[in-house]
Amino acid sequence: MYEPQMTLTDEEKKILAGQEGKTKAKMMECLVRYGDLFGAQRLLPLTHKKGHFVTSFGVNMLKPVYPLMDELIAAGLTCPEGFTVDPRPLDYQNVKVGPLEKFVFDRFMYGEQAHYEEQLRKIGLSGKDDFTCACYLKEVGNTPKEGDILSWAESSAVVYANSALGARCNRNSGILEMFGTILGKAPEFGFLTDAGRKATWKVLVKTAKRPEAQILGSAIGMKVMAEVPYVQGLEKYLKPLPDEDTIGYLKDFGAATASNGAVGLYHIAGITPEARRLGETLLVPEAKTYLIDDAELERVYASYPLMWKHPHAKAHKCFIGCPHLTLKQLFDWTDKMTAGLRETGKKRLVIDSVFTTAPAVAEEFKATPKYQEFAATGAHLSSICPLMYTNNPIAGKKPIMTTSNKLRTYSMSRYYKDAEALAIIVGKEKN
Amino acid sequence: MKEFKGRVIFGGTYKGAAAVSRQGFNTLASFEKSALSKRCKDIVISDQNNRDLYGVSVTGKALCLPMTIGSTTGGMVIQTVASRGLAPTAWLFASDIDSLAASGIVLARVWNNVPLIAIDRLGADFLQEVKTGDPIEIKEDGTIRVG
Repeated sequence: MYEPQMTLTDEEKKILAGQEGKTKAKMMECLVRYGDLFGAQRLLPLTHKKGHFVTSFGVNMLKPVYPLMDELIAAGLTCPEGFTVDPRPLDYQNVKVGPLEKFVFDRFMYGEQAHYEEQLRKIGLSGKDDFTCACYLKEVGNTPKEGDILSWAESSAVVYANSALGARCNRNSGILEMFGTILGKAPEFGFLTDAGRKATWKVLVKTAKRPEAQILGSAIGMKVMAEVPYVQGLEKYLKPLPDEDTIGYLKDFGAATASNGAVGLYHIAGITPEARRLGETLLVPEAKTYLIDDAELERVYASYPLMWKHPHAKAHKCFIGCPHLTLKQLFDWTDKMTAGLRETGKKRLVIDSVFTTAPAVAEEFKATPKYQEFAATGAHLSSICPLMYTNNPIAGKKPIMTTSNKLRTYSMSRYYKDAEALAIIVGKEKN
Repeated sequence: MKEFKGRVIFGGTYKGAAAVSRQGFNTLASFEKSALSKRCKDIVISDQNNRDLYGVSVTGKALCLPMTIGSTTGGMVIQTVASRGLAPTAWLFASDIDSLAASGIVLARVWNNVPLIAIDRLGADFLQEVKTGDPIEIKEDGTIRVG
């Protein structure tokens, strides 16, 4: 049996010793070994027990996951307060695919989807439509409060929960986040400690206008990697939380820091809860400095490799909403597309454009008159994960546009700034 | 020949070749293309942003890196490629191991009985010295011989 370095309670020792079954003992061993590697002294009880999992996709290659899930189910293990999970990979109704693409999706890629969703339900998936990467949005309702201890994965959700909500969660991996949620524990290290939440980088934003969230996040992620940045100079462009524009901005900014680097927590002076409460005391004395001006953002933007086979090809699709869009972002895009089409004199978008959002947000959006304007542009609303669409070797090779730096990182999609993408999809400019 | 010593996370002995990323190693972006293929026998790095390893085969190699970055599927992806016999055999970190790599290596060992070697805190000099293709030897006590 594994000899833990951390101190365990009697109950935890019994679980590790196998007194509650072999499967639970292995889960506990994984969690304890994980904590021991980072010097955790104990396991903390979760105070926000509803989980969020990164593994939503029944992709054939995840061979060890399905028997692992069967083992948990056979042992009668479930998540006591349920969980939300990342978006589904497929939505043929709103994201059209050719017959060959569909064959590859169904036969070779996501053939395990129905089986895997059944497994998720058996261990406690909260609702049939709880598939989104933005689980913390109020419409979805898996929203921790400041100081809550979580066992989540999904890099964009973890960084948002830590930073914009002030909750406490490490960058847990898929599977391990599930073990923590089932056991109701998280090893106390990193972002679960006050010391681990200190900033080691002071980032000074000195730009002429509000920086594109996706490029600013990318620049910071690539520079600080897994360290914690304290960002100054951005506050003049953002309204205090819970302003809806700020929520959308921080969501996109954080996702880029986490995918282009490994940021799990950022502080924005005057905006995020801990920065408002603790200010510059969050900075360690020897913090490094990173100055970001317009030239630096352009340098980062220009460094993105273009992976399209034919660089001047017309885009096949445009994906907007990775991470999933907020309701306000859907409203704003609708207004911009409507105005853009009026300007170009075109009736509908010239590029097949898919806007992705949480099922609960989509439902609210569809109940507003704004949705009719959105649909009139020819845009599609879906709740899939665009990344999982682009994983298809046939679909992914097509020239796909996106405004998401995360999607750019994990696919051959080409990144455009919001205004550039808008000009292209309304037919004002060619890509 | 140069020698380095790190912290042994999971020990083992190894003789083989190095595959070196001097930048953060994005596990999902690096492994996804090969790992998605059912018939894959060798992981070829597909991360377009990794100028050091893009297009390089890493299966069975000693992967030398500062840390892993990116998606929190990272640990699960390591567990998956390890269970399929496709993972780098040794993971050699210049700095402290990160939470995602640690998860994957722990999951592979506890759940799938695949003992990947993991050594961290090898220092920035290690990554400057070692080059992709260099012969590399790992000893149980965390000593690494390069060259």
